[in-house]
Amino acid sequence: MATNKNESDGLNIPNRINALPVKRIGPVVAGVIVALLAAMLVYGMIVNPNFEWPVVWKYLFNENVLAGIGWTLWITVLSMVIAIVLAIILAIMRKSINPVLRGVSWFFIWFFRGTPVYTQLVFWGLISVLVPKLGLGIPFTSVTFWSVDTQDVITAFRAAVIGLALNEAAYLSEIVRAGLEAVDPGQAEAAEALGMRRSLIMRRIILPQAMRIIIPPTGNETIGMLKTTSLVLAVPFTLDLQFATNAIANRIYKPIPLLIVACFWYLLITSILMVIQSRLEKHFGKGFDARPIGTKGKQPPLPGKTEGEPKDDIQKQNQATMAGLTA
Amino acid sequence: MKNTANSNDYVAAQTGVTPAVQAKGVHKAFGSLHVLKGIDLTVMPGTVTVILGPSGSGKSTFLRLINQLETLTGGEIDVDGEMIGYKWVDKNGQRVLQTLDDKQIAAQRAKLGMVFQRFNLFPHMTTLENVMEAPVHVAHKSKAEAREEAIKELQRVGMGERLDYYPMQLSGGQQQRVAIARALAMHPDIMLFDEPTSALDPELVGEVLNVMRSLAKAGMTMICVTHEIGFAREVADQIVFMDGGVVVEKGGPEIIDNPTEPRFKDFLNHVL
Repeated sequence: MATNKNESDGLNIPNRINALPVKRIGPVVAGVIVALLAAMLVYGMIVNPNFEWPVVWKYLFNENVLAGIGWTLWITVLSMVIAIVLAIILAIMRKSINPVLRGVSWFFIWFFRGTPVYTQLVFWGLISVLVPKLGLGIPFTSVTFWSVDTQDVITAFRAAVIGLALNEAAYLSEIVRAGLEAVDPGQAEAAEALGMRRSLIMRRIILPQAMRIIIPPTGNETIGMLKTTSLVLAVPFTLDLQFATNAIANRIYKPIPLLIVACFWYLLITSILMVIQSRLEKHFGKGFDARPIGTKGKQPPLPGKTEGEPKDDIQKQNQATMAGLTA
Repeated sequence: MKNTANSNDYVAAQTGVTPAVQAKGVHKAFGSLHVLKGIDLTVMPGTVTVILGPSGSGKSTFLRLINQLETLTGGEIDVDGEMIGYKWVDKNGQRVLQTLDDKQIAAQRAKLGMVFQRFNLFPHMTTLENVMEAPVHVAHKSKAEAREEAIKELQRVGMGERLDYYPMQLSGGQQQRVAIARALAMHPDIMLFDEPTSALDPELVGEVLNVMRSLAKAGMTMICVTHEIGFAREVADQIVFMDGGVVVEKGGPEIIDNPTEPRFKDFLNHVL
Protein backbone atom coordinates (compact mmCIF):
# COMPACT_ATOMS: atom_id res chain seq x y z
CA MET A 1 0.00 0.00 0.00
CA ALA A 2 1.20 3.44 -0.87
CA THR A 3 0.53 4.85 2.59
CA ASN A 4 2.83 2.34 4.27
CA LYS A 5 5.82 4.09 5.83
CA ASN A 6 9.02 2.18 5.43
CA GLU A 7 12.45 2.62 6.92
CA SER A 8 13.89 2.52 3.43
CA ASP A 9 11.79 5.53 2.35
CA GLY A 10 14.71 7.91 2.69
CA LEU A 11 16.92 5.87 0.37
CA ASN A 12 17.31 6.79 -3.26
CA ILE A 13 15.91 3.76 -5.07
CA PRO A 14 14.95 4.23 -8.71
CA ASN A 15 11.85 2.43 -9.99
CA ARG A 16 10.72 1.64 -6.46
CA ILE A 17 8.11 -1.12 -6.52
CA ASN A 18 4.77 -0.06 -5.12
CA ALA A 19 2.55 -2.99 -6.07
CA LEU A 20 -0.92 -3.86 -4.79
CA PRO A 21 -1.02 -6.89 -2.50
CA VAL A 22 -2.71 -10.17 -3.47
CA LYS A 23 -6.41 -10.13 -2.57
CA ARG A 24 -7.24 -12.80 -0.01
CA ILE A 25 -10.80 -13.28 1.21
CA GLY A 26 -10.18 -16.25 3.54
CA PRO A 27 -8.37 -14.42 6.36
CA VAL A 28 -11.03 -11.69 6.43
CA VAL A 29 -13.87 -14.22 6.76
CA ALA A 30 -12.01 -16.19 9.43
CA GLY A 31 -11.27 -12.99 11.36
CA VAL A 32 -14.89 -11.91 11.34
CA ILE A 33 -16.15 -15.32 12.48
CA VAL A 34 -13.66 -15.62 15.35
CA ALA A 35 -14.28 -12.04 16.50
CA LEU A 36 -18.00 -12.69 16.50
CA LEU A 37 -17.62 -15.87 18.56
CA ALA A 38 -15.39 -14.07 21.06
CA ALA A 39 -17.91 -11.21 21.38
CA MET A 40 -20.71 -13.75 21.98
CA LEU A 41 -18.69 -15.43 24.71
CA VAL A 42 -17.92 -12.17 26.53
CA TYR A 43 -21.53 -10.98 26.20
CA GLY A 44 -22.80 -14.32 27.51
CA MET A 45 -20.50 -14.11 30.52
CA ILE A 46 -21.71 -10.64 31.38
CA VAL A 47 -25.45 -11.21 31.02
CA ASN A 48 -25.65 -14.82 32.28
CA PRO A 49 -27.04 -14.45 35.83
CA ASN A 50 -25.54 -17.80 36.89
CA PHE A 51 -22.08 -16.24 37.00
CA GLU A 52 -23.38 -14.07 39.84
CA TRP A 53 -20.89 -11.24 39.42
CA PRO A 54 -22.06 -9.42 42.54
CA VAL A 55 -21.11 -12.49 44.61
CA VAL A 56 -17.76 -12.65 42.84
CA TRP A 57 -17.16 -9.04 43.70
CA LYS A 58 -18.24 -9.55 47.32
CA TYR A 59 -15.74 -12.37 47.93
CA LEU A 60 -12.90 -11.21 45.69
CA PHE A 61 -11.17 -9.46 48.61
CA ASN A 62 -12.54 -11.67 51.39
CA GLU A 63 -9.91 -12.02 54.11
CA ASN A 64 -9.87 -15.83 53.93
CA VAL A 65 -9.30 -15.58 50.19
CA LEU A 66 -6.47 -13.06 50.66
CA ALA A 67 -4.89 -15.25 53.31
CA GLY A 68 -5.24 -18.20 50.91
CA ILE A 69 -3.33 -16.24 48.26
CA GLY A 70 -0.58 -15.62 50.81
CA TRP A 71 -0.28 -19.30 51.68
CA THR A 72 -0.41 -20.38 48.04
CA LEU A 73 2.35 -17.94 47.11
CA TRP A 74 4.45 -18.95 50.11
CA ILE A 75 4.14 -22.66 49.27
CA THR A 76 4.93 -21.98 45.61
CA VAL A 77 8.04 -19.90 46.32
CA LEU A 78 9.38 -22.15 49.07
CA SER A 79 8.91 -25.42 47.20
CA MET A 80 10.34 -23.95 43.96
CA VAL A 81 13.45 -22.63 45.74
CA ILE A 82 14.05 -26.00 47.42
CA ALA A 83 13.31 -27.80 44.14
CA ILE A 84 15.77 -25.66 42.16
CA VAL A 85 18.61 -26.19 44.63
CA LEU A 86 17.87 -29.92 44.76
CA ALA A 87 17.55 -30.11 40.97
CA ILE A 88 20.98 -28.54 40.42
CA ILE A 89 22.52 -30.99 42.89
CA LEU A 90 20.72 -33.92 41.21
CA ALA A 91 21.78 -32.79 37.72
CA ILE A 92 25.41 -32.43 38.76
CA MET A 93 25.25 -35.84 40.49
CA ARG A 94 23.78 -37.29 37.31
CA LYS A 95 26.84 -36.11 35.36
CA SER A 96 29.28 -37.23 38.06
CA ILE A 97 32.03 -39.77 37.38
CA ASN A 98 30.98 -41.51 40.61
CA PRO A 99 28.52 -44.33 39.78
CA VAL A 100 26.91 -44.24 43.26
CA LEU A 101 25.98 -40.57 42.89
CA ARG A 102 24.74 -41.18 39.34
CA GLY A 103 22.64 -44.12 40.50
CA VAL A 104 21.06 -42.29 43.43
CA SER A 105 20.18 -39.34 41.20
CA TRP A 106 18.67 -41.65 38.60
CA PHE A 107 16.63 -43.47 41.25
CA PHE A 108 15.34 -40.21 42.75
CA ILE A 109 14.15 -38.97 39.36
CA TRP A 110 12.69 -42.36 38.48
CA PHE A 111 10.69 -42.54 41.71
CA PHE A 112 9.42 -38.98 42.03
CA ARG A 113 8.58 -38.63 38.36
CA GLY A 114 7.01 -42.05 38.23
CA THR A 115 4.38 -41.58 40.95
CA PRO A 116 1.51 -39.03 41.00
CA VAL A 117 2.17 -35.90 43.02
CA TYR A 118 -1.20 -36.37 44.75
CA THR A 119 -0.11 -39.81 46.00
CA GLN A 120 3.19 -38.38 47.17
CA LEU A 121 1.41 -35.62 49.10
CA VAL A 122 -0.83 -38.14 50.87
CA PHE A 123 2.35 -40.06 51.72
CA TRP A 124 4.00 -37.00 53.26
CA GLY A 125 0.83 -36.38 55.24
CA LEU A 126 1.20 -39.88 56.69
CA ILE A 127 4.93 -39.65 57.32
CA SER A 128 4.49 -39.51 61.11
CA VAL A 129 2.67 -42.85 60.94
CA LEU A 130 5.47 -44.35 58.88
CA VAL A 131 8.33 -42.83 60.88
CA PRO A 132 7.05 -41.78 64.32
CA LYS A 133 10.35 -40.40 65.57
CA LEU A 134 13.21 -38.52 63.92
CA GLY A 135 16.58 -38.62 65.63
CA LEU A 136 20.35 -38.62 65.53
CA GLY A 137 22.16 -41.82 66.37
CA ILE A 138 24.43 -44.52 65.07
CA PRO A 139 22.98 -46.00 61.88
CA PHE A 140 21.91 -49.68 61.95
CA THR A 141 21.90 -49.71 65.76
CA SER A 142 19.35 -48.67 68.39
CA VAL A 143 21.68 -46.01 69.81
CA THR A 144 20.14 -42.51 69.60
CA PHE A 145 21.53 -39.29 71.02
CA TRP A 146 18.56 -37.06 70.29
CA SER A 147 15.10 -37.49 68.83
CA VAL A 148 11.79 -35.68 68.25
CA ASP A 149 8.27 -36.69 67.32
CA THR A 150 7.90 -36.57 63.55
CA GLN A 151 4.52 -34.89 63.70
CA ASP A 152 6.02 -31.95 65.61
CA VAL A 153 8.62 -31.41 62.87
CA ILE A 154 6.67 -32.29 59.77
CA THR A 155 3.64 -30.04 60.09
CA ALA A 156 0.98 -30.06 57.39
CA PHE A 157 2.57 -26.99 55.82
CA ARG A 158 6.05 -28.51 55.81
CA ALA A 159 4.73 -31.81 54.47
CA ALA A 160 3.06 -29.92 51.63
CA VAL A 161 6.26 -28.01 50.79
CA ILE A 162 8.49 -31.09 51.01
CA GLY A 163 6.10 -33.15 48.89
CA LEU A 164 5.82 -30.53 46.16
CA ALA A 165 9.53 -29.69 46.23
CA LEU A 166 10.77 -33.27 45.89
CA ASN A 167 8.36 -33.99 43.05
CA GLU A 168 9.31 -30.77 41.27
CA ALA A 169 13.05 -31.37 41.77
CA ALA A 170 12.79 -34.58 39.75
CA TYR A 171 11.34 -32.71 36.77
CA LEU A 172 13.59 -29.68 37.13
CA SER A 173 16.77 -31.76 37.33
CA GLU A 174 16.12 -33.01 33.81
CA ILE A 175 15.73 -29.40 32.66
CA VAL A 176 18.94 -28.42 34.44
CA ARG A 177 20.79 -31.39 32.94
CA ALA A 178 19.69 -30.41 29.45
CA GLY A 179 20.89 -26.87 30.15
CA LEU A 180 24.28 -28.03 31.39
CA GLU A 181 24.74 -30.29 28.39
CA ALA A 182 23.89 -27.47 26.00
CA VAL A 183 26.95 -25.46 27.05
CA ASP A 184 29.82 -25.89 24.61
CA PRO A 185 32.55 -28.19 26.05
CA GLY A 186 35.08 -25.64 24.76
CA GLN A 187 33.96 -23.34 27.59
CA ALA A 188 35.07 -25.80 30.27
CA GLU A 189 38.34 -26.41 28.40
CA ALA A 190 39.12 -22.71 28.20
CA ALA A 191 38.38 -22.37 31.92
CA GLU A 192 40.53 -25.41 32.75
CA ALA A 193 43.35 -23.96 30.70
CA LEU A 194 43.13 -20.84 32.87
CA GLY A 195 43.67 -23.03 35.94
CA MET A 196 40.08 -23.01 37.16
CA ARG A 197 38.95 -25.99 39.26
CA ARG A 198 35.86 -28.07 38.52
CA SER A 199 33.55 -26.49 41.10
CA LEU A 200 34.60 -22.99 40.08
CA ILE A 201 34.04 -23.78 36.40
CA MET A 202 30.58 -25.08 37.20
CA ARG A 203 29.68 -22.02 39.27
CA ARG A 204 31.24 -19.25 37.19
CA ILE A 205 31.20 -20.56 33.62
CA ILE A 206 28.79 -23.45 33.02
CA LEU A 207 25.81 -22.62 35.26
CA PRO A 208 25.42 -18.96 34.22
CA GLN A 209 25.31 -20.03 30.58
CA ALA A 210 23.03 -22.97 31.28
CA MET A 211 20.66 -20.60 33.11
CA ARG A 212 19.79 -19.02 29.79
CA ILE A 213 18.43 -22.36 28.63
CA ILE A 214 17.03 -23.37 32.02
CA ILE A 215 15.02 -20.21 32.81
CA PRO A 216 12.16 -20.42 30.29
CA PRO A 217 11.08 -23.99 31.16
CA THR A 218 11.63 -23.24 34.86
CA GLY A 219 9.26 -20.29 34.55
CA ASN A 220 6.77 -22.70 33.07
CA GLU A 221 7.30 -25.09 35.97
CA THR A 222 6.78 -22.27 38.48
CA ILE A 223 3.46 -21.40 36.91
CA GLY A 224 2.59 -25.10 36.99
CA MET A 225 3.62 -25.26 40.65
CA LEU A 226 1.34 -22.33 41.51
CA LYS A 227 -1.60 -24.40 40.38
CA THR A 228 -0.32 -27.72 41.71
CA THR A 229 -0.47 -26.16 45.20
CA SER A 230 -4.25 -26.66 44.96
CA LEU A 231 -3.51 -30.37 45.56
CA VAL A 232 -2.07 -29.82 49.06
CA LEU A 233 -5.52 -30.72 50.31
CA ALA A 234 -4.16 -34.27 50.03
CA VAL A 235 -1.76 -33.72 52.94
CA PRO A 236 -4.20 -32.26 54.23
CA PHE A 237 -3.21 -28.60 54.25
CA THR A 238 -6.31 -26.38 54.24
CA LEU A 239 -5.34 -22.74 54.04
CA ASP A 240 -4.40 -22.32 50.37
CA LEU A 241 -6.40 -20.31 47.81
CA GLN A 242 -8.24 -23.25 46.26
CA PHE A 243 -9.36 -24.61 49.63
CA ALA A 244 -10.30 -21.15 50.97
CA THR A 245 -12.58 -20.36 48.01
CA ASN A 246 -14.00 -23.87 48.06
CA ALA A 247 -14.83 -23.58 51.75
CA ILE A 248 -16.74 -20.35 51.17
CA ALA A 249 -18.54 -21.90 48.19
CA ASN A 250 -19.66 -24.83 50.30
CA ARG A 251 -20.87 -22.52 53.04
CA ILE A 252 -23.02 -20.29 50.76
CA TYR A 253 -23.93 -22.99 48.22
CA LYS A 254 -22.58 -20.91 45.31
CA PRO A 255 -19.67 -22.82 43.75
CA ILE A 256 -19.42 -20.96 40.42
CA PRO A 257 -18.73 -17.38 41.57
CA LEU A 258 -16.12 -18.65 44.03
CA LEU A 259 -14.42 -20.64 41.28
CA ILE A 260 -14.25 -17.40 39.32
CA VAL A 261 -12.67 -15.68 42.33
CA ALA A 262 -10.03 -18.43 42.44
CA CYS A 263 -9.44 -18.20 38.68
CA PHE A 264 -9.07 -14.43 38.87
CA TRP A 265 -6.31 -14.62 41.47
CA TYR A 266 -4.50 -17.54 39.84
CA LEU A 267 -4.53 -15.64 36.54
CA LEU A 268 -3.27 -12.44 38.17
CA ILE A 269 -0.39 -14.23 39.91
CA THR A 270 0.49 -16.13 36.72
CA SER A 271 0.64 -12.81 34.84
CA ILE A 272 3.02 -11.39 37.43
CA LEU A 273 5.17 -14.53 37.24
CA MET A 274 5.34 -14.13 33.46
CA VAL A 275 6.72 -10.60 33.86
CA ILE A 276 9.34 -11.84 36.34
CA GLN A 277 10.27 -14.65 33.94
CA SER A 278 10.86 -12.29 31.04
CA ARG A 279 13.03 -10.07 33.29
CA LEU A 280 15.12 -13.10 34.28
CA GLU A 281 15.45 -14.19 30.67
CA LYS A 282 16.77 -10.77 29.80
CA HIS A 283 19.27 -10.88 32.67
CA PHE A 284 20.69 -14.28 31.78
CA GLY A 285 20.60 -13.47 28.08
CA LYS A 286 23.42 -10.97 28.66
CA GLY A 287 25.87 -11.23 25.80
CA PHE A 288 23.36 -13.16 23.71
CA ASP A 289 21.04 -10.24 22.91
CA ALA A 290 21.38 -10.59 19.17
CA ARG A 291 20.53 -14.29 19.36
CA PRO A 292 16.89 -14.41 20.38
CA ILE A 293 15.86 -17.56 22.21
CA GLY A 294 13.35 -19.74 20.48
CA THR A 295 13.39 -18.16 17.05
CA LYS A 296 12.53 -20.64 14.37
CA GLY A 297 14.71 -21.52 11.46
CA LYS A 298 18.41 -20.87 11.10
CA GLN A 299 20.09 -19.65 14.23
CA PRO A 300 23.67 -18.47 14.31
CA PRO A 301 25.91 -20.77 16.36
CA LEU A 302 27.05 -19.71 19.83
CA PRO A 303 30.42 -17.98 20.01
CA GLY A 304 32.14 -21.12 21.23
CA LYS A 305 30.56 -23.13 18.46
CA THR A 306 31.28 -21.00 15.41
CA GLU A 307 32.00 -23.00 12.34
CA GLY A 308 34.09 -20.28 10.84
CA GLU A 309 33.39 -16.62 10.94
CA PRO A 310 31.19 -15.92 7.88
CA LYS A 311 28.20 -17.85 9.26
CA ASP A 312 28.06 -15.53 12.24
CA ASP A 313 28.02 -12.34 10.21
CA ILE A 314 29.64 -10.61 13.16
CA GLN A 315 31.11 -8.06 10.78
CA LYS A 316 27.67 -6.75 9.97
CA GLN A 317 26.67 -6.56 13.62
CA ASN A 318 29.87 -4.73 14.33
CA GLN A 319 29.18 -2.25 11.59
CA ALA A 320 25.69 -1.79 12.96
CA THR A 321 27.08 -1.19 16.44
CA MET A 322 29.68 1.21 15.13
CA ALA A 323 27.08 3.06 13.10
CA GLY A 324 24.98 3.30 16.24
CA LEU A 325 27.89 4.66 18.23
CA THR A 326 28.93 7.28 15.73
CA ALA A 327 25.39 8.39 14.92
CA MET B 1 63.50 -38.55 11.37
CA LYS B 2 65.72 -35.86 9.99
CA ASN B 3 67.41 -33.61 12.52
CA THR B 4 68.96 -30.55 10.92
CA ALA B 5 70.46 -27.48 12.53
CA ASN B 6 70.03 -26.23 16.12
CA SER B 7 69.07 -29.45 17.81
CA ASN B 8 67.49 -28.28 21.03
CA ASP B 9 68.41 -31.41 22.91
CA TYR B 10 72.01 -30.60 22.15
CA VAL B 11 71.57 -26.97 23.20
CA ALA B 12 69.96 -28.03 26.44
CA ALA B 13 72.72 -30.50 27.21
CA GLN B 14 75.46 -27.99 26.43
CA THR B 15 74.16 -24.91 28.20
CA GLY B 16 72.47 -26.55 31.18
CA VAL B 17 69.37 -24.41 30.63
CA THR B 18 66.18 -26.25 31.60
CA PRO B 19 63.91 -26.66 28.56
CA ALA B 20 60.52 -24.93 28.80
CA VAL B 21 58.84 -28.03 27.44
CA GLN B 22 60.36 -31.42 26.89
CA ALA B 23 58.41 -34.33 25.42
CA LYS B 24 59.94 -37.79 25.71
CA GLY B 25 58.43 -40.62 23.69
CA VAL B 26 54.91 -39.27 23.96
CA HIS B 27 52.12 -41.66 22.96
CA LYS B 28 48.40 -40.98 22.90
CA ALA B 29 45.62 -43.38 22.02
CA PHE B 30 41.89 -42.67 21.98
CA GLY B 31 40.48 -46.15 22.48
CA SER B 32 42.09 -48.22 19.75
CA LEU B 33 43.01 -45.14 17.71
CA HIS B 34 46.75 -44.54 18.04
CA VAL B 35 47.09 -40.80 17.47
CA LEU B 36 50.61 -40.02 18.67
CA LYS B 37 53.31 -42.61 18.18
CA GLY B 38 56.34 -41.45 20.09
CA ILE B 39 56.92 -37.70 19.98
CA ASP B 40 60.25 -36.29 21.15
CA LEU B 41 60.48 -32.54 21.25
CA THR B 42 62.43 -29.93 23.19
CA VAL B 43 61.39 -26.30 23.39
CA MET B 44 63.88 -23.87 24.91
CA PRO B 45 62.72 -20.85 26.93
CA GLY B 46 62.17 -17.70 24.89
CA THR B 47 61.85 -19.52 21.58
CA VAL B 48 59.00 -19.99 19.16
CA THR B 49 58.17 -23.47 17.92
CA VAL B 50 55.73 -23.88 15.06
CA ILE B 51 54.13 -27.27 14.51
CA LEU B 52 52.99 -27.89 10.95
CA GLY B 53 51.16 -30.85 9.55
CA PRO B 54 48.06 -32.04 7.75
CA SER B 55 44.85 -32.32 9.76
CA GLY B 56 44.67 -35.55 11.71
CA SER B 57 48.43 -35.64 12.17
CA GLY B 58 48.01 -35.30 15.95
CA LYS B 59 49.45 -31.80 16.36
CA SER B 60 46.45 -30.39 18.24
CA THR B 61 46.36 -33.49 20.44
CA PHE B 62 50.02 -32.95 21.28
CA LEU B 63 49.32 -29.34 22.30
CA ARG B 64 46.37 -30.41 24.42
CA LEU B 65 48.56 -33.00 26.15
CA ILE B 66 51.01 -30.30 27.20
CA ASN B 67 48.13 -28.44 28.86
CA GLN B 68 46.62 -31.64 30.30
CA LEU B 69 43.35 -31.25 28.48
CA GLU B 70 44.07 -34.85 27.48
CA THR B 71 45.88 -37.46 29.54
CA LEU B 72 49.05 -39.17 28.34
CA THR B 73 48.88 -42.79 27.29
CA GLY B 74 52.63 -43.23 27.30
CA GLY B 75 55.88 -41.31 27.64
CA GLU B 76 56.53 -38.14 29.59
CA ILE B 77 56.18 -34.38 29.22
CA ASP B 78 58.15 -31.99 31.41
CA VAL B 79 57.28 -28.32 31.75
CA ASP B 80 60.07 -26.21 33.26
CA GLY B 81 61.77 -29.48 34.18
CA GLU B 82 58.77 -30.77 36.14
CA MET B 83 56.89 -33.86 34.98
CA ILE B 84 53.23 -33.01 34.33
CA GLY B 85 50.19 -34.98 35.39
CA TYR B 86 52.02 -37.54 37.54
CA LYS B 87 54.69 -37.94 40.14
CA TRP B 88 56.84 -40.87 41.16
CA VAL B 89 56.06 -42.39 44.55
CA ASP B 90 57.36 -45.38 46.47
CA LYS B 91 54.82 -48.13 46.96
CA ASN B 92 56.04 -51.29 48.70
CA GLY B 93 59.57 -50.44 47.68
CA GLN B 94 58.63 -49.95 44.03
CA ARG B 95 58.58 -46.71 42.13
CA VAL B 96 55.13 -46.16 40.64
CA LEU B 97 53.37 -43.23 39.00
CA GLN B 98 50.78 -41.39 41.08
CA THR B 99 48.20 -39.21 39.30
CA LEU B 100 48.27 -35.62 40.54
CA ASP B 101 45.10 -34.18 42.07
CA ASP B 102 43.05 -31.30 40.65
CA LYS B 103 44.86 -28.68 42.70
CA GLN B 104 48.33 -29.82 41.61
CA ILE B 105 47.24 -30.02 37.98
CA ALA B 106 45.75 -26.53 38.17
CA ALA B 107 49.06 -25.26 39.54
CA GLN B 108 50.96 -26.84 36.64
CA ARG B 109 48.52 -25.37 34.14
CA ALA B 110 49.09 -21.91 35.57
CA LYS B 111 52.48 -21.89 33.82
CA LEU B 112 50.77 -22.37 30.47
CA GLY B 113 48.45 -20.08 28.57
CA MET B 114 46.32 -21.51 25.81
CA VAL B 115 44.59 -19.97 22.82
CA PHE B 116 41.96 -22.02 20.99
CA GLN B 117 40.89 -22.22 17.38
CA ARG B 118 37.35 -21.22 18.31
CA PHE B 119 38.34 -18.53 20.85
CA ASN B 120 36.15 -20.04 23.61
CA LEU B 121 35.59 -16.67 25.23
CA PHE B 122 32.95 -16.72 27.96
CA PRO B 123 29.92 -15.32 26.12
CA HIS B 124 28.12 -14.13 29.27
CA MET B 125 30.99 -11.86 30.28
CA THR B 126 32.29 -8.66 28.77
CA THR B 127 35.77 -8.40 27.29
CA LEU B 128 37.09 -6.99 30.55
CA GLU B 129 35.32 -9.61 32.69
CA ASN B 130 36.71 -12.38 30.48
CA VAL B 131 40.26 -11.20 31.10
CA MET B 132 39.70 -10.53 34.83
CA GLU B 133 38.02 -13.89 35.54
CA ALA B 134 41.08 -16.05 36.20
CA PRO B 135 43.20 -13.40 37.99
CA VAL B 136 40.32 -12.73 40.41
CA HIS B 137 38.99 -16.24 40.95
CA VAL B 138 42.12 -18.35 40.44
CA ALA B 139 45.01 -16.07 41.40
CA HIS B 140 42.81 -14.31 44.03
CA LYS B 141 43.90 -10.82 43.12
CA SER B 142 41.82 -7.84 44.18
CA LYS B 143 39.30 -6.69 41.61
CA ALA B 144 40.98 -3.30 41.30
CA GLU B 145 44.39 -4.82 40.67
CA ALA B 146 43.02 -7.42 38.24
CA ARG B 147 41.11 -4.72 36.39
CA GLU B 148 44.18 -2.56 35.98
CA GLU B 149 46.23 -5.48 34.69
CA ALA B 150 43.42 -6.69 32.42
CA ILE B 151 43.17 -3.28 30.80
CA LYS B 152 46.94 -3.32 30.27
CA GLU B 153 46.78 -6.74 28.61
CA LEU B 154 43.84 -5.68 26.46
CA GLN B 155 45.69 -2.56 25.34
CA ARG B 156 48.66 -4.77 24.49
CA VAL B 157 46.52 -6.70 21.99
CA GLY B 158 44.86 -3.52 20.72
CA MET B 159 41.51 -4.14 22.40
CA GLY B 160 41.67 -1.38 25.00
CA GLU B 161 38.69 0.38 23.43
CA ARG B 162 36.31 -2.58 23.68
CA LEU B 163 36.26 -3.27 27.42
CA ASP B 164 32.49 -3.43 27.81
CA TYR B 165 31.68 -5.35 24.64
CA TYR B 166 30.36 -8.87 24.83
CA PRO B 167 32.27 -11.45 22.72
CA MET B 168 29.27 -11.75 20.42
CA GLN B 169 29.60 -8.11 19.49
CA LEU B 170 33.20 -8.55 18.36
CA SER B 171 34.63 -9.84 15.10
CA GLY B 172 36.47 -13.16 15.13
CA GLY B 173 39.84 -11.44 15.02
CA GLN B 174 38.90 -9.22 17.95
CA GLN B 175 37.60 -12.21 19.92
CA GLN B 176 40.84 -14.06 19.36
CA ARG B 177 42.88 -11.07 20.51
CA VAL B 178 40.78 -10.89 23.70
CA ALA B 179 41.39 -14.63 24.14
CA ILE B 180 45.14 -13.99 23.92
CA ALA B 181 44.85 -11.20 26.51
CA ARG B 182 42.85 -13.52 28.75
CA ALA B 183 45.63 -16.12 28.63
CA LEU B 184 48.36 -13.49 29.16
CA ALA B 185 46.59 -12.09 32.23
CA MET B 186 47.69 -15.18 34.17
CA HIS B 187 51.33 -14.39 33.34
CA PRO B 188 52.14 -17.77 31.80
CA ASP B 189 55.73 -18.79 31.04
CA ILE B 190 54.64 -20.56 27.88
CA MET B 191 51.85 -19.79 25.41
CA LEU B 192 50.19 -22.55 23.41
CA PHE B 193 48.33 -21.61 20.24
CA ASP B 194 46.00 -24.20 18.72
CA GLU B 195 45.32 -23.05 15.15
CA PRO B 196 44.50 -19.53 16.36
CA THR B 197 43.67 -18.19 12.90
CA SER B 198 41.91 -21.17 11.31
CA ALA B 199 38.39 -20.00 12.19
CA LEU B 200 38.98 -16.45 10.94
CA ASP B 201 38.07 -14.67 7.73
CA PRO B 202 41.21 -14.11 5.65
CA GLU B 203 41.22 -10.35 6.25
CA LEU B 204 41.18 -10.86 10.02
CA VAL B 205 44.13 -13.27 10.19
CA GLY B 206 46.72 -10.47 10.04
CA GLU B 207 45.63 -8.70 13.24
CA VAL B 208 45.96 -11.90 15.27
CA LEU B 209 49.33 -12.80 13.73
CA ASN B 210 50.58 -9.29 14.52
CA VAL B 211 49.79 -9.78 18.19
CA MET B 212 51.55 -13.16 18.15
CA ARG B 213 54.54 -11.61 16.39
CA SER B 214 54.90 -8.91 19.04
CA LEU B 215 54.61 -11.55 21.77
CA ALA B 216 57.41 -13.52 20.17
CA LYS B 217 59.54 -10.38 19.96
CA ALA B 218 58.94 -9.74 23.67
CA GLY B 219 60.59 -13.11 24.35
CA MET B 220 57.54 -15.25 25.13
CA THR B 221 58.04 -18.99 24.80
CA MET B 222 55.47 -20.09 22.25
CA ILE B 223 54.29 -23.32 20.70
CA CYS B 224 51.97 -22.71 17.76
CA VAL B 225 50.00 -25.17 15.72
CA THR B 226 49.18 -23.24 12.57
CA HIS B 227 48.88 -23.36 8.81
CA GLU B 228 50.40 -19.89 8.38
CA ILE B 229 53.65 -20.81 6.62
CA GLY B 230 54.67 -17.16 6.21
CA PHE B 231 54.34 -16.58 9.94
CA ALA B 232 56.31 -19.75 10.64
CA ARG B 233 59.16 -18.74 8.35
CA GLU B 234 59.36 -15.26 9.84
CA VAL B 235 58.91 -15.90 13.56
CA ALA B 236 59.78 -19.52 14.34
CA ASP B 237 63.05 -20.63 15.87
CA GLN B 238 62.06 -24.25 15.43
CA ILE B 239 59.81 -25.86 12.85
CA VAL B 240 58.29 -29.27 13.52
CA PHE B 241 56.49 -31.16 10.78
CA MET B 242 54.18 -33.90 12.01
CA ASP B 243 52.33 -36.51 10.00
CA GLY B 244 50.60 -39.71 11.04
CA GLY B 245 51.39 -39.19 14.72
CA VAL B 246 55.17 -38.87 14.36
CA VAL B 247 57.60 -35.99 13.89
CA VAL B 248 58.69 -36.34 10.28
CA GLU B 249 61.10 -33.44 10.12
CA LYS B 250 62.27 -30.70 12.44
CA GLY B 251 64.78 -27.91 12.30
CA GLY B 252 65.21 -24.16 11.93
CA PRO B 253 62.92 -22.01 9.79
CA GLU B 254 65.17 -22.63 6.78
CA ILE B 255 63.74 -26.15 6.38
CA ILE B 256 60.56 -24.60 4.98
CA ASP B 257 62.51 -23.56 1.90
CA ASN B 258 64.69 -26.66 1.86
CA PRO B 259 62.60 -29.58 3.05
CA THR B 260 64.36 -32.94 2.93
CA GLU B 261 61.56 -35.36 3.70
CA PRO B 262 59.27 -36.08 0.72
CA ARG B 263 56.14 -35.94 2.89
CA PHE B 264 57.09 -32.45 4.14
CA LYS B 265 57.85 -31.36 0.56
CA ASP B 266 54.50 -32.65 -0.55
CA PHE B 267 52.71 -30.84 2.32
CA LEU B 268 54.45 -27.55 1.55
CA ASN B 269 53.55 -27.84 -2.12
CA HIS B 270 49.91 -28.10 -1.11
CA VAL B 271 49.80 -25.17 1.30
CA LEU B 272 52.17 -22.71 -0.35
